[in-house]
Amino acid sequence: MKPTKITNSMRALRFANGEMTQAELARRTGVTRQTVIAIEQGRYSPSLELAFQIAQAFGIPLDAVFRYPDDSEEHS
Amino acid sequence: MTFDEKNTWIYGVVALGAYGVYLVTVLARAHGGPVVEVAYIAPMLWCIGAAIVAAILGKVAVSALWPREANHRDDRDREIDRFGEHVGQSFLVIGLVAALVLAMAEIDHFWIANAAYLAFVLSAALGSGAKIAAYRGGFQPW
Repeated sequence: MKPTKITNSMRALRFANGEMTQAELARRTGVTRQTVIAIEQGRYSPSLELAFQIAQAFGIPLDAVFRYPDDSEEHS
Repeated sequence: MTFDEKNTWIYGVVALGAYGVYLVTVLARAHGGPVVEVAYIAPMLWCIGAAIVAAILGKVAVSALWPREANHRDDRDREIDRFGEHVGQSFLVIGLVAALVLAMAEIDHFWIANAAYLAFVLSAALGSGAKIAAYRGGFQPW
């Protein structure tokens, strides 16, 4: 399976938000705890809708949670 | 492990287990002679029936042991399920084409029935294997 280029700060954001547990984030976004773990570890790319829900759970914009490398920067 | 992953394990193991029992039964009945002369229909039907019942009972047991997870599916479960079904279905098609060719070539019914059963088992086992690999190793639907 091709690894995703998307990276995220979910783990750091959980700790910055009152040490929110994976179970709590899962409850807020309506997914299983295993899905939160898989996203955190880069083993699963969430749908756009789920990505927005995760950002909303932290109260910050989407691109503050998820990042995608800029190819033009990589090649320059 | 999610509810769906547990059921995937049960489904795959039960399908392979039942097929193993069927193979051992048929080979034992052959006593080293030609397998086409073995009465295979009853063992096959029993094994298929037992596998279906065992998979249902397994799902009931998983639901009873982890009631909070029961039937809770999210995007990832649905996407992995679709991926696994896609893998499994390809083996079902290959097996049924093989059975069709055997029927057209007027090969013994034993081989036609066994090709079809093997296709069901491969579909279940490899579809389940693909889902488990996706759960364990990672899955990128995009």
